[in-house]
Amino acid sequence: MTHPSRTGDVPAVTGIPVEAALPTAGSQTATTTGPPRHPPGQFKDIWRRYRRNKLAMVGLLIVAILVVTAIIGPYVTPYDAFDQNLLDTTAPPSPQHLLGTDVLGRDMFSALVYGVRLAMIVALSTVALSLVLGVTLGAIAGFHGKASDTAIMRTTDIFLAFPLLVGAIVVVRAAGPGVWPVIVALALFSWATSARLMRGQALALRESEYVEAARSIGAGNRRIIVRHILPNAIAPVFVYAFTSIGVVVVALASLSYLGIGVPPNVPEWGRLISQSVQFLRVPGKTHLWLSPAVAICVTTLAFALVADGLRDALDPKLRGAG
Amino acid sequence: MGGPLLEVRDLRVYFDTPAGVVKAVDGVNWHVEEGETLAIVGESGAGKSVSAMTILGLVPSPPASFPSGAVLLRGRSLLSMPESEQRKLRGSEIAMIFQDPLTALNPVFKVGEQIAEMVRTHQKVGRSGASRKAVELLDEVGIPSPARRATQYPHEFSGGMRQRAMIAMALANDPQVLLADEPTTALDVTVQAQIMTLLEQLRHDRNTAIVLITHDLGLVASHADRIAVMYAGRIVETGTSREIFETPRHAYTHGLLSSLTRMDQARPAKLEPIPGQPPSLSRVPAGCPFHPRCRFATQGCIDEVPALLPVMAGSDHGAACIHSDQVAAAHGQPREIVTPGSAAVVEQAGNGHRPMLEVIDLVKHYPIRSGVFIKKTVGLVQAVDGISLAIPPGSTLSLVGESGCGKSTVARSILRLQEPTSGTVRIGERDVTALGKEDLRRAREDMQIVFQDPYASLNPRMTVRQILSEKYELLGGELTSSTISDLLDTVGLSVEYADRYPHEFSGGQRQRVGIARAIALKPKFVVLDEPVSALDVSIQAQILNLLAELQRDFGLTYLFIAHDLSVVRHISDRVAVMYLGTIVELADRDDLFERPRHPYTQALISAVPIPDPVVERSRERIVLTGDVPNPADPPSGCRFRTRCWKHLELSEPDKRRCIEVPPVLVRAEGSSRHRVACHFAGAREVLRG
Repeated sequence: MTHPSRTGDVPAVTGIPVEAALPTAGSQTATTTGPPRHPPGQFKDIWRRYRRNKLAMVGLLIVAILVVTAIIGPYVTPYDAFDQNLLDTTAPPSPQHLLGTDVLGRDMFSALVYGVRLAMIVALSTVALSLVLGVTLGAIAGFHGKASDTAIMRTTDIFLAFPLLVGAIVVVRAAGPGVWPVIVALALFSWATSARLMRGQALALRESEYVEAARSIGAGNRRIIVRHILPNAIAPVFVYAFTSIGVVVVALASLSYLGIGVPPNVPEWGRLISQSVQFLRVPGKTHLWLSPAVAICVTTLAFALVADGLRDALDPKLRGAG
Repeated sequence: MGGPLLEVRDLRVYFDTPAGVVKAVDGVNWHVEEGETLAIVGESGAGKSVSAMTILGLVPSPPASFPSGAVLLRGRSLLSMPESEQRKLRGSEIAMIFQDPLTALNPVFKVGEQIAEMVRTHQKVGRSGASRKAVELLDEVGIPSPARRATQYPHEFSGGMRQRAMIAMALANDPQVLLADEPTTALDVTVQAQIMTLLEQLRHDRNTAIVLITHDLGLVASHADRIAVMYAGRIVETGTSREIFETPRHAYTHGLLSSLTRMDQARPAKLEPIPGQPPSLSRVPAGCPFHPRCRFATQGCIDEVPALLPVMAGSDHGAACIHSDQVAAAHGQPREIVTPGSAAVVEQAGNGHRPMLEVIDLVKHYPIRSGVFIKKTVGLVQAVDGISLAIPPGSTLSLVGESGCGKSTVARSILRLQEPTSGTVRIGERDVTALGKEDLRRAREDMQIVFQDPYASLNPRMTVRQILSEKYELLGGELTSSTISDLLDTVGLSVEYADRYPHEFSGGQRQRVGIARAIALKPKFVVLDEPVSALDVSIQAQILNLLAELQRDFGLTYLFIAHDLSVVRHISDRVAVMYLGTIVELADRDDLFERPRHPYTQALISAVPIPDPVVERSRERIVLTGDVPNPADPPSGCRFRTRCWKHLELSEPDKRRCIEVPPVLVRAEGSSRHRVACHFAGAREVLRG
């Protein structure tokens, strides 16, 4: 049931590259998905409205826990997530192994925590990458219009026509397994929506009076896009990005479930489920598939809740009401 | 049945918000009789619309609460009625006309259907009977070929026609009271005249009571019998329109009248604006709400809310002001008026120097493209069709016309914010139309613009300091630590505002920021694109004074784009009237207002109400029929002939001349500086009775 894809790659991609990917991915998220420079009063307002939404606050708490876990988790778990103990496989939860052990005898809790890190790195980098791509191309299409608009928008049509998973499978098969190929593949098939959103915003803002005012004092196109259009257009794109984090988490799990993407010995959530498929109906082995499944559900839900709360808090129509 | 037709007693409407209790209406009394027009006047946020909506039961509760008050229609209390009863009254005995007819009509139903539905809701008539009634109503409100129009959708109607349809709908069940909430604010002045004439006539024919809610004092002078002036949720003065306009007794009314520009007077030395801003309704000052802005205020005004008391015993004229005697004395004093003659000064200046701005034969056409794969140009919108202007240094030329006449396009083409199709624009010595990209960018130092909408023209994510310093970053210019504060000081803003964001300011303050941005780096030429039309009357005067001061101090040359002729009379040296992409008349200010030659100019001036009931009632109004034609397909010959009142009076050969020969702008007889584009130009008195 495993796909030992080109064994030569395995040692190179396990562990180390993933760890190395963390700082880069982190810095990228900070620069691109960080909130635009909100006027302080407005930012406080958004936070005030966000706070009123109880579910969104729960989501935010879970997201915070997930992010902290991703950063410090592997250093505090009782076992190394990669340590296989073939003498103690599929053990039920016990004081030694809080969530039992998996098919390969790895501590399930440590494996899940490692999975959080993987999911966060992939999800955040994918979204960051697709945002950079989508926002840039969308802004160019919307602002310049004409030929560049046609070219970029027809390209988004092509990418939107492919289902995310099918497209990603093709790219990962071609590029070989590993965390980066997965990120690039998923980003490649998810930037189109943010590009369209951004284009719509840029198209509307291009005609706004303050953009005309900027032009009247001699501002060039680049300055108008960066200083005047981007900060005012980013909010809905940003909300969409949060919604898509859940999608990426599920996509990553689906890829590994199919044996594509991260190498087989990495304890990824989808991977953990696919290992346990044969135990689906075995009594007493429920923990094998239930705990990674719950992890996926909770993560997806948490980001969806945050996105929901953010959307409501940023919606200008709700501003000042109630 | 005794008592007035509709009476509002001690009405209070409060809204509970996170920012505190907003007292939108705070103890308001008024009444209206059959066949009478009561005007409720006030600036934005004075609570005038809320009080009208409350009468119809259209204010949702919560968030609103009604701590006290009664609304009596022929003695029946509306507020205590069950909802089903109220609904029966709405649209049948009391009907409302809204400000924006585009949003008040349902876009997916035919106009006739919507009126018929209104009839059937309240009367027992069949479908065909209701449709017939709809057509009759459309006919009554002056819509040509009503049977055909009834089967059209709202988007096929022009703005003025939509408002007529709205009025037809309001009349469907022969209401006793018509609430008109800013019925003409969204319309052009010639269309406004049509609608107001219609309302007047309906009131006369049907003996309907009209409650006219408006911010426009000019409109009120000619159409209201009685006036209630609202400020911060309260009525501060009430009386007949003559009493209010001639002998105001409240300091606020007096302030409003003195800050008003009047089309029938040459400009006074300076308008006397009311200082400050209207208060936020959640923080109404203690005592008299007007005292922080009032020059008569004393400790007594802060201690107690003044009651609305009759000016004399038994009089209907009441004012809520403890200094009404002083107000009366102040209002009696004549205002300083500059005698006409400034035009002569301009003429001398104009002869001596090259003009600061010279526009020669400016054309801007927008192609209409169509086609699936290969876009073909199928037509041209002739937004601007050959315009020539010259403005001497330090003077102001106003470009006036109704919406869609191309005046804003002229402004943008001059500044090359839009590329003109052809023509030459010279600013100072420089040919702007010939500049390359980088030269044009640098030339922007000399040519600036102040935009109409102070809410849309400032980037909401930049502080005032960032907005102002951006210009120095782009165009060079020394940016020292005191530059921004000096600039803010020049436009009358306090330095501490520098690090705030636009949303923290009121409309007038934002417009000051917009002006500061335009005058930074001392431009030679500034376009003012309707800079005061989005502002309240008392704020308009402040901004107009500021603009006049800046012109004097820095020797600025203005191109003033406007549709409000009263403001134009105040600020301009010379005026150009535009119609459908061409200039039809160009003259010195006083010459144009006192002796207009073109039939369109005459109609335009006659349509503008003058805030003086005596003058206003004696004036003759030229009501233009129809709407501005489509600029993609302008009429042949003279573009105005389809709406021209003079054209109708001409003989057949003369008419043919209008249809076949486009008139050119030529010198009018008797004045070397007056130009007019009409084959049959001639004087007609339109300003006074």
